[in-house]
Amino acid sequence: MSDKSRKTILTIILIGFLFVLAWLAERCLDEYVMRVVRTGLIYVIAAVGYNLINGIAGQFSLGPNGFMALGGYMVALLMLPLDQKKFVWFLQPLIWPFNAFSFSKPFFPLAVALGGVAGALGALIVGIPSLRLRGDYLAIATFGFSQIIIVLANNLIPITNGALGIKGIPEYADIYRCLGWAIVAVLIISNLANSSYGRAMKSVRDDEVAAEAMGIPVFRIKLLAFVVSGFFAGVAGGLMASLITTVSPNLFSFSMTFNLLIIIVLGGLGSITGSAVTAFAFALISEVLRFVESPMTIGPIHIPGIAGMRMLVFSLLLVLLMIFYRRGLFGKREISWDWVFARFGKITGKGAEAWSHKTERS
Amino acid sequence: MVSQNGAILALDNVSVNFGGLMAVNEFTFTLQKGELAGLIGPNGAGKTTIFNIITGQYEPVRGKVFFKGQDITGWRPDRVACAGIARTFQNIRLFEDLTVLDNVLVSRHSKLKASVLAAALNLPGYINEERVAREKAMELLDRVGLADLANAEAGSLPYGQQRRVEIARALAADPELLLLDEPAAGMNPEETSRLMEFICDVRDKFGLTILLIEHDMKLVMGICERIRVIDYGVSIAEGTPQEIQSDSRVITAYLGEEACEYS
Repeated sequence: MSDKSRKTILTIILIGFLFVLAWLAERCLDEYVMRVVRTGLIYVIAAVGYNLINGIAGQFSLGPNGFMALGGYMVALLMLPLDQKKFVWFLQPLIWPFNAFSFSKPFFPLAVALGGVAGALGALIVGIPSLRLRGDYLAIATFGFSQIIIVLANNLIPITNGALGIKGIPEYADIYRCLGWAIVAVLIISNLANSSYGRAMKSVRDDEVAAEAMGIPVFRIKLLAFVVSGFFAGVAGGLMASLITTVSPNLFSFSMTFNLLIIIVLGGLGSITGSAVTAFAFALISEVLRFVESPMTIGPIHIPGIAGMRMLVFSLLLVLLMIFYRRGLFGKREISWDWVFARFGKITGKGAEAWSHKTERS
Repeated sequence: MVSQNGAILALDNVSVNFGGLMAVNEFTFTLQKGELAGLIGPNGAGKTTIFNIITGQYEPVRGKVFFKGQDITGWRPDRVACAGIARTFQNIRLFEDLTVLDNVLVSRHSKLKASVLAAALNLPGYINEERVAREKAMELLDRVGLADLANAEAGSLPYGQQRRVEIARALAADPELLLLDEPAAGMNPEETSRLMEFICDVRDKFGLTILLIEHDMKLVMGICERIRVIDYGVSIAEGTPQEIQSDSRVITAYLGEEACEYS
């Protein structure tokens, strides 16, 4: 059996194992923990997509919350039952065609995919003007565009119902769908990052002038990374809308982008698996850290509950990481089968030579 | 209009200015297929600017650039590269975080036919193309003697080897014309003479036309068949190494004592 097909089979087994794990978790864990797990999986989707543009293609975008909003509203508009739509848009009626139909449950994956398409289209429209900028200027431009999307969400009442948001979205984002989309996101993005297109993105990241001189159409490659990243932001936003069952401009505020930025920097810019692991851990840890926001008494000192203390912990963590471990937990490395073999080989004492110096490829 | 009979590259009265400075002024130059020519001149004479005009980094304000008889003036650099002109840079510009093999493979990206979707889904068509590209890249690295460094990170290599990787990366694009910008900069005499062999070897093996900029007179006089001298953006002399060394304008403008040393 060739090395490649063996890895493919191992990957399939791993995916099957994850689904079994999800099945067990659903039976053994309570609803609250399962919500955290699903949120974690949604973060995985958004984070690996975000890492493609920031880490692999090296273009500092601050826009994912805007594209998540597009996906979230898309799914809300497609999935909300018709009578609920009449109920929600009581100030101004919902515009055609969304007032004429709503998807039933089997079409939920299609709605999420269309949410991704909305995110990708948004990224295309934002990317064409702003990807001509570099570095800080690009960051500011993408930040501005995502703010525009949020402002539009606040004001386009016939579509978004403004600041009141949309309530009563059916909760179809169960553990299997979230896990399925997370696996799709990780597989597609790591395939892409390891492909010739991914190499072109990395070459643009390392040296734009040289990349162009080697025949890389720099602008198109950046746009490709941006649009794919927008697609998965849209997917994540769509799933999140269904998980929370409401969308409002507040849900997709800039702090969403900030969370994702913390995740990809902690995980290592350029490491897809690093982002995936960190995103999941981030969701879990930020729940565990809820206790720091509750009132507590340490000896004679009484501290009242302060909302937002969790972010302080993450910010501290980020500062420490930037001082001591600048490239993030994973750097640019990936958890690949080669890496696993090498670890396993060390234990069994053979196959150590399979450990290649560079583990970029899986 | 410059006569182009059989010329692979022709620059016709090309001018570029940066603000008030005439960096290159009405420069005309032709390069025959298979030639190994040198472009020399004092610092700031406009040599690299000429390279940047040829490769599309700068658009000339006047004049035209022809490659194989086709007008390529104003083309974007990536399009020029795909047409068959590859270059190296004065200050090495490798993709430092990528391996040597990946650096070379980046140059093959423009040859890729598989779509993004095929690459993202790892479809057989793409996998095949990737395998072929890898084989070709390894073969190239083998031919230029870098095969054992294929998996090393490009940025971690010593200077001399980075230069060779840069040339290998340029060769991977299957160019017909190779532009080398100061390939021997920062090399010691021993490295330089090995590089001279390498360049001649590459030209013969790959059937290339080479234009190089160089300050190292030993290298230029040693391997170039024809030399063009520019100063302040203006062409001042052209000829064989012997002719250049005895040209009084060149000696006064640039070569000075060094010319006497080698004549």
